[in-house]
Amino acid sequence: MHAFDLVVPASLEEAVAQLAEEEAQPLAGGQTLIPTLKARLAAPSKLVSLRGIAALRGLAQQGGELVIGAMTTHATVAREARAPFPALAALAGNIGDPMVRNRGTIGGSLANNDPSACYPAAVLATGATVVTSARELAADEFFQGMFTTALEEGEIIRQVRFPIPVGAHYEKFWQPASRFALTGVFVARFDAAVGVAVTGASENGVFRWHAAEAALAEAFAPAAIAALDPPDEPMIADLHGSAEYRAHLAQVLTARAVAAIGA
Amino acid sequence: MTTVSLTVNGRAVSAEVEGRTLLVDLLRDRLGLTGTHVGCDTSQCGACTVHVDGMAVKSCTMFVAEIDGATVTTIEGIAGPDGALSPLQQAFREQHGLQCGYCTPGMIMALTALLQETPKPTEAEIRHHLEGNICRCTGYVNIVRAALAASGQLAPDTGAAH
Repeated sequence: MHAFDLVVPASLEEAVAQLAEEEAQPLAGGQTLIPTLKARLAAPSKLVSLRGIAALRGLAQQGGELVIGAMTTHATVAREARAPFPALAALAGNIGDPMVRNRGTIGGSLANNDPSACYPAAVLATGATVVTSARELAADEFFQGMFTTALEEGEIIRQVRFPIPVGAHYEKFWQPASRFALTGVFVARFDAAVGVAVTGASENGVFRWHAAEAALAEAFAPAAIAALDPPDEPMIADLHGSAEYRAHLAQVLTARAVAAIGA
Repeated sequence: MTTVSLTVNGRAVSAEVEGRTLLVDLLRDRLGLTGTHVGCDTSQCGACTVHVDGMAVKSCTMFVAEIDGATVTTIEGIAGPDGALSPLQQAFREQHGLQCGYCTPGMIMALTALLQETPKPTEAEIRHHLEGNICRCTGYVNIVRAALAASGQLAPDTGAAH
């Protein structure tokens, strides 16, 4: 690792001020960033740890929304979202491994926007709002492609506001070595609409499968998915699976998620 | 450089660290606690697992400067003060839960955390919990048996599977 300064501010304002510095970078749970630093794939002059900011941690139910602070760990979400939003709790409880879940955070995962990460699918399928140090971003504007988001330099995610669906399920097909999703589908059913988001599959990162959303809004049943063509997206092809394989997985996993939610 | 104060295995420790100083490096190189192993350098193997404020974490994937004031327990802090093995350590020994032993400190730390939260885990829960701990010798069978035995779910006179 190259040398850098590490600061641990106690407030968001102080963190934003520290991040104004050239080549400063925020540090959330570090479960992706620290391995990246070790491989010398990043060389910030300063890391601004967000761990000291108490206001960024914790879950709260506000109206029909579950509000999760950006520095809340996967383990905490897995434990505390169980009652209000069980599908999200299950998703969090299957990220990485127990040690990663004790450190990794929802804000870190979203800011990184790994094309195979789990959380982006939940945020996009539910139409959640990403609240930052500067503004509020709808999920549809937040994700902008592999490892790319609408976040500006120095902008910090504060919280994520999830509308709580009537029913939801995340179906993940594990990449057996990395434990990331080879492909994963989050289906969120609301009274008047259905959200379907696919991660791990597209070269454009997480995406909404609009045709599936429309079909499920008509008839919420696995058969509605089987009748569709696979999603029309530039799918990732690598040694783990071809583009066709991922497109097929997206369809099969969507139908499974719908079946798990039930009629 | 930053000065941090930690409690490591019940002992107060103070150290000057760089921003990039990893917890595992402090433990091994500065405090001589070499029971915590580094297996992969890519945050995948879990050999470096320790407890920070009661939670299992990968000590190769956290900076010391972020955890000023924390309480750290390593494999050296698991046995009793008289050297008596913990029930889990004893079970690893009786169930032949290790071969080369390199991954064992991480296995013990990860499973100790599991048993604190879930005193009688199912085999599926044990295996799910071990996803971040890689053993390249044993195939996990006897590691899982050790966790079952330590949680009182295996008759003590059952011999280890060979």
